[in-house]
Parts: sequence; structure tokens; C-alpha cells
Amino acid sequence: MLTIIVVLAVVLILAVLFTAYRVTALVDVVKKKKNQAYSPVSKNNGLQGVYMVLFLIAGIAGFLYFSISEADVYNLPIASEHGVIVENLFSITMWVTVFVFIATQIFLFGFGWRYRYRKESKAAYYPHNNTLELIWTIIPAIVLAWLIISGLKQWNNITGPAPEDSEVVEVMGYQYAWAFRYPGKDKELGDYDFRMIDAINAVGIDMEDQNGHDDFMATQLVIPKGKPVHLQIRGRDVIHSVYNPHFRIQMNAVPGMPTRFWFIPTVSTAEMREQTGNSEFNYELVCNKICGKGHYSMKGIITVLEQDEYDTWYRESQQNTFLKQNPNYLSKVPEHLKEAAKIVAGIENITEKQKVTTALSSF
Amino acid sequence: MSVTDIQLQEGLTHHNEHHDQNFISKYIFSTDHKTIAKQFLITGIFWALIGGALSLIFRLQLGFPEMNLEWLRPLLGQWITESGKLDAEFYLALVTMHGTIMVFFVLTAGLSGTFSNFLIPLQIGARDMASGFMNMLSYWFFFASSVVMFISLFIETGPAAGGWTVYPPLSALPQAIQGSGLGMTLWLVSMALFIASTLLGGINYITTVINMRTNGMSFSRLPLTIWAFFITAILGLLSFPVLLSAALLLIFDRSFGTSFYLSEIFIAGEALPNIGGSPILYQHLFWFLGHPEVYIVLLPALGITSEIIATNSRKPIFGYKAMIGSMLGIGFLSFIVWAHHMFVTGMNPFLGSVFTILTLVIAVPSAIKAFNYITTLWKGNIVFTPAMLFSIGLVSFFISGGLTGIFLGNSVLDINLHDTYFVVAHFHLVMGSASFFGLLAGVYHWFPKMFGRMMDDRLGKIHFWLSFVGIYLVFFPLHYIGIAGFPRRYYSFTSFETFNIYTDLNALVSVAAILTFAAQFIFLFNFFYSIFRGKLAPTNPWKSNTLEWTTPRNPGHGNWPGTIPSVYRWPYDYSKPGAKDDFIPQTVPYSHTPESNLEYEKEIAGNENITGVEKMDA
Repeated sequence: MLTIIVVLAVVLILAVLFTAYRVTALVDVVKKKKNQAYSPVSKNNGLQGVYMVLFLIAGIAGFLYFSISEADVYNLPIASEHGVIVENLFSITMWVTVFVFIATQIFLFGFGWRYRYRKESKAAYYPHNNTLELIWTIIPAIVLAWLIISGLKQWNNITGPAPEDSEVVEVMGYQYAWAFRYPGKDKELGDYDFRMIDAINAVGIDMEDQNGHDDFMATQLVIPKGKPVHLQIRGRDVIHSVYNPHFRIQMNAVPGMPTRFWFIPTVSTAEMREQTGNSEFNYELVCNKICGKGHYSMKGIITVLEQDEYDTWYRESQQNTFLKQNPNYLSKVPEHLKEAAKIVAGIENITEKQKVTTALSSF
Repeated sequence: MSVTDIQLQEGLTHHNEHHDQNFISKYIFSTDHKTIAKQFLITGIFWALIGGALSLIFRLQLGFPEMNLEWLRPLLGQWITESGKLDAEFYLALVTMHGTIMVFFVLTAGLSGTFSNFLIPLQIGARDMASGFMNMLSYWFFFASSVVMFISLFIETGPAAGGWTVYPPLSALPQAIQGSGLGMTLWLVSMALFIASTLLGGINYITTVINMRTNGMSFSRLPLTIWAFFITAILGLLSFPVLLSAALLLIFDRSFGTSFYLSEIFIAGEALPNIGGSPILYQHLFWFLGHPEVYIVLLPALGITSEIIATNSRKPIFGYKAMIGSMLGIGFLSFIVWAHHMFVTGMNPFLGSVFTILTLVIAVPSAIKAFNYITTLWKGNIVFTPAMLFSIGLVSFFISGGLTGIFLGNSVLDINLHDTYFVVAHFHLVMGSASFFGLLAGVYHWFPKMFGRMMDDRLGKIHFWLSFVGIYLVFFPLHYIGIAGFPRRYYSFTSFETFNIYTDLNALVSVAAILTFAAQFIFLFNFFYSIFRGKLAPTNPWKSNTLEWTTPRNPGHGNWPGTIPSVYRWPYDYSKPGAKDDFIPQTVPYSHTPESNLEYEKEIAGNENITGVEKMDA
């Protein structure tokens, strides 16, 4: 019943509007003198220029007010070394574009108002001016060249080879979570093979490679502050993207084509909790390439520790190698490597110390 | 030339004969460029409504995540979950379809299809397109493509849902997302048909512009609209086949077990046999079309704006040659900037550097265009018709959206901004809204020629102000959301603590989107009402110089009764010092206007070969 009433009301309102429009249109026709020729200049022509100036003033005021008052909200605190550089270039570009933005909009709407139609005035015949055109070709070219050059140097640094002493972590994206693999005691990640993947061996560690026998998995991306971190990134099923706005890092995780990104975190999680006044704060690993239904909740936690805390964490975690957690994978290790594998994976020690910890760290 | 003359004569005699057309050959399978243009326009409007409505549904989800959407169940059925929420996967389908529809069906077919078809013959002085039959096919391929895409909205597994760029492996594997099943197949079929339509149209546009210009209509006297359509058609002809090849390889990967884009994939509990392909290859192929496509969408709008701004400022367009030069420059550069969409895909960083340089270079011709529009307004005598307002709005969007391109084109800044709402804000302003305004400006300006009647001026202005303010309210706040790192294509932001801010801003954007969409109904009413009941249009309502305004109020088949007028001057002689009126149509010889001729024109006036007798409509 209610629906019918609503529909009826809408129809009635539309009918009223239509009739009102029809009446005003007809009145206009009657009012118009017969011989008056059509003119595209309507009575409200000058008003449009006034609206333009009002829009301009309100728009720029709103823009500046919001941009300034909210600056701390939308500019996330920076937590990496190259992030500062990125942010610098961002600010320079912002100043340049905001200046051009405001200036051109003022000219655009200002001219609209200033040169609105007047019966007595006549437009200038001004088809070109080579000097003027040359100026506004060359000046943008110079400004852009400056922005490009200052950007390219940084781009080369950021995407260049990671320093020798980097902490290497493998990050693998899959629908809809992240897997993190650490190289273990030997600091060498073992090979992987996507055909080895199963429910437990989520990243497909290849047991035929000795380097992988001491690799361990973590549920969070734990990294040290102040040291280069080298993420080796891949995707398991579709393309994902490793993204975090605080570190200003982003790199796609592509199946079949390993990618990488390295950076130096400069603010630990604890420090950021203090800085933001949010005791619950965590750096979040965001998936930023559409990957399916759960894309929007594909989250990982990144924890940045002070170097000494990190060393402690790493020492503890490297006990819980993948092989130790899942000893039945020993059967996939080639016969001649089995004994060595048991030692590096720490499997012999299990019975001695009876120490059972989860692969998950204390974090 | 003689061959053309004979054909024209034939066309002429044919025109003068009485020939009845039945309803079908006149309105449905018509070969008349004006009818085909209207077909493209109406279909484009239909798609714009669908595309806009889809965006409202996902804007409701983004602005009011807590809202109960049970009331949409009659429309969406199973896509509303039992708790009255929008299905997360259908959200992605909505985003995908919104993008596909708007980019291809509205702003490519609806814009180029309408105005290239309508204006090329009328503005260059031709009876029709080079091939009317191909032109008709072009529309009907588009129609078939539309039907297939429309059907895909209603299938059980939903339409394609991998984003409008349909990157594999997501789009190749139905295990990854439901929409990559039948929905994706239909998407590919529809796009193949669409590409055929675009190519048929494009070949026609190019041929017509090169071969069928009337006497005196040299390339240096072409209106900028025609230059824009011409360059657009060339871009389409060179880039759409690459999209077809990308789609074809994707079809092979999906259906015939090849591995062009697939490699080392483990999904749904099993390792796939594919080895050696590269998902990034698809992205290269896609963006080799995709970036020129941006300009395929934008250039016609800029051409339309050039014409409208000059006419209504009552001034020649400033820097006619620079405008052509920058369009050619943009056209050329648009083919070598594609990988700026791929800075963070893991491609070689050196390529990133190269594409950064090339991308920022393309900003120069774009800047020239913006400056030239503004200078055209300077010292004008501006008549604010609705078309003029939309053109000025376009320039404003073009500047706002273009400037944020300087951020995104810079590979260093793109690291943090890639795939965030900053990108969404950028392209919706510079390509979406700007082109959309170009489309609307064109409709308001050429409506009198299309339907012989005027649209209502006051409703047009209300429509403009609501749309203009509304669009800025929708897309400007998205910049802040993007700088804060919000990823695009997210169903909800509640999973991340980083993104628990700006729920208010998102709600504002959604409200603005709803109001902007509602304002379009003012246009729809004005449009359809005026087709039947609008005031009768004078032959040249805007006092414009170009050839289409020398045709009768309702140009018949063949456009001009009698001979096609010859052209003696460029199209922008507005407010020429000494002239009686503030405009001199292209058909007026210099020898008829000794009072206003410039020095070098006096010389031309002496050598003019005036064949027919000139009739002035003014």
C-alpha cells in the first residue's frame, strides 16, 4: 500500500512539474513579440558570469580550508627513509600544481565574468600571438623537466639493487592473505616450486634445495628498524600488490614473475604508537590490486622492531623451521640431504629438549 | 576530383527525385549519417543511465556501509545477501561494468559515434559518409555488442568482475572469481564486436575527411572539431586492433589451454599446467590501446569545446595552428606513454624512467590547449548558452584533472599513489567528466541541427550548475582519500585500521553522486521534450561560421538542396574588425568582404574563383 502511495506521489509531483514547465514555456511564447528574431543571449546571461565568480571563490576557499585543516589526517606519517624523499617531491609538485590550478581557474572563471556579453561591446579579433604561445610552451616544459629530473634520480635509487646487508623476506600473496618466509639461520631463501604447494606448504618450498631446509614462516611481516629490508614478492594465483602507505612502498605480486622492493623502515611500531597516540596502531600490509571477492580484506600486519628486539625475535623464530613444524615433509628431501636437513631444521633437538613452540612468534 | 563531382551531381539528382523511405530504412537500417549519429546518441544515453545507476549502487555501499539494501532485492536478487548487504563480488562486477560501459559505450561510441557521424559530412561539406553502408554496419555492430554486454548483466554468475582492464590471471580463471566465467566470455565477445564497430566507423571518418571535403575546404580551413575527430579516428584505427589481439590471446588462454598470460599458478587447491606466460604481457597490450583510448575519449570533447568556445566568445579560437599541433602531438605521444600505468608491476625500472619522461612531455601540448582556451575567452563577448557553460566546465575539469596527472606520471610519486583513489579522482575529472561535458556541450550546441528545434535554455543552465558543482563535490574529495592511501576497488574499508577515517567524506561523495545523477533527469526531460515540443530552431541559432548552419532547418538526405556550398575562409572569422556582423560564415568569399579583409587576404580575394552564386543565410 505504502509503495503505491509513494509511486502515486512521485507521478503526481512529476506531473505538476511538467505542467508548470509547460505553462511557463507557453507564457514565454505569448510574451515574445512576433517579429523579434531569436537571440542566443538570454536574460540571465550576465548572471552566469556572477555564478562563476561565486563558484570560484567558494571552491578555492573550500579547497584551501580543507587542505590546510585536514593536512595531518590525509598525510599519513612517514616511516621509511625513501618515504621522506617521495614526500618531498610530492610537496614540490603540490606547490607547483596548486599555484597553476588556482591561477588558471581564476583566469577561466574571471574572464567568464569580466567578458560576459554586453550589447555595446565587441570581441577582439585576436587569432594568435606567437610570443605568448612560445612562452607557455617553454615554461611548462622547463618546470616539467625539473620535476622529471628530480624524480628520476630518486627513482633510480629506490628501484636500484638492494644493499648487500639487507634483511631478505619473501612475501607471497594469495587469495586472500599473505605468507611470509624468512631465510632462517643461513640467511639464504631456498628455491620454491609452485607444484610443491599444498595446504601446509603454502609457498611451495622446494625440499630438494638445501637452502630451504632452515627457512621458517611467520604470520606477520616482522622487520628491523634502520636496516634495509628486501622484500622478494610473488603471487600464487592472481596478481596482488604489496602496498603500505606509511612506508610509501608498492609492488605487484605477480604469478610467474618474481618482483622485489627494498626500503629502510625508520619508525618502529612502538614509536609510531606513541607518535599517533594510538596504542593499537599497526602497520598494515594492504593488497592494492583487484584480486577477487576478498580483495578488500586481504590484510597483513607489519611489525617494525628495534634492531636488538628483532635479533631476539629472529633467533627464537629460526628454531621453528618449516621442516621442524612439519617433519613429514622430510620424505620429500632427497636421501643424501636428509641427515643434513634434520640438523639445520633442528629436528634432532626436539626429542632432547622437548621444546614445543609454535611456528608463530610471540608477536 | 572530377569523379567526385560526377558523384555529387548524381547525388543531387537523386535528392531532387521524390523518394519514399519506409520506417525501417529511414530510422532503423538507415545509411544516413545524421540518423546513425542519433542512433549512437540515444544508445549512448541509454548506456550512460545504466553506467551511472551502477555507480550509485556501489556509492551507496561506500558512503553508507551500514545501510540495509534490502529494497534493492527486486532489482538485484541474489546479489543482496541475506543480511541485506551488497554482495562483495557483485560490488566488483558493478565497478567493472561501470568502467567498461562508461569508457567504451558512452564516451567512445556515444561521443565519437554521435559527433563524428553527425558533424564530419556537415562541416566538411559532404552529402554523406564515404560509405553509408559501412557506417550503418558500424552502428549495428555496436548495437550487437551492447546487447551482449547487457545480457551479461543478468546471468547467474554475474558480469565480468575483474576491473574494466580485465587483467589476467584474475580474468582468465573462473576459479578466481565467478565473473570470470560466462560473464567474462560475454565481455570478450562484446568487446570484439565493439572493436569491429569502432574500426568500421574509424575507416569511414578518415576516408570521408580526406576525400570528400567540398571546394575550398583545405585542411587548414577545417574546423577544430573535424581535426579532433580525424585524429581520434586514426588513434582508434591504430590502437583498437591491439586490444583485439590482447583479447584474442586471453580467449585462447581461457578456452584453449594456451599460456600467453598464465604461469606458475596454484589456485583452488591445484597447480595449473601453464608455464612460461606473463600476466604483464597482457598489461602492455591492453595499455597500448588503453592510453590512446584516453585520448580517443578526450580529443573529440576538446574539438567540440574549441568550436563552441570560439562561437560563443564571438572570437577566433586562439592559436588555431597550435591547437592542431598540440592535438597531433598528443596523438603521437599517446602511443608511447602506455607503461605509466605499470610503474609498480615489476617491469624494468629503466622503462619506468623512459615512460616518466614521455608522460610528462605529453603535459606540454595539453597545457597549450588549456592556455589557448582561456585566451580565447579573454576580451571576448561571451554568450553563455548551455553549450558554452558545459565547455567552460570542461576546461575547468581538464585543468584540475590534468594537473594531478603530473603526480601520477612521475614514477616516484606513483609508488604511493598507484591504484589509490587519487587515480580515481584524476581520471574521472580529466577524462570522465571532461569528456562527458564535451558530449553534453555537443548535444546542446547541435541539437537545433539534429532535431530542428531548440532545447530549453533555462533548464540547460540548471542542469549545468547542478552537474558542475555536483561533479566537483564527487571527485575533488577523492583526492584526499587517495593521498591517505585508500585503495580503489575496495568493497569496504572496515578491515583496515589505517582506513578508518573519512567515512564522512565518503558519505558526502555518495550524496553528491546521487544528486548529480538526479540532475541528469533534467537533461533527459529537456532532450526528449524538445525533440517533439521544443521551439522551432532558426537555421543558424548561434550565429556560427561553419557549414552545417548553411543547411535547411531539417537537412534532408544529402544535406544541402542544390549544390554543396564552397568554402572560402577558415571557420573562425568572428568579430573581424570592419565587418558588418560579428561573424562571417565560411561560405562568404573574401571578395565579398573588402571592408574586413586583412592584408594577405586582399591578395587571396583577387585570385578567388567564385563558381556558384552565394546565398547568405545570415
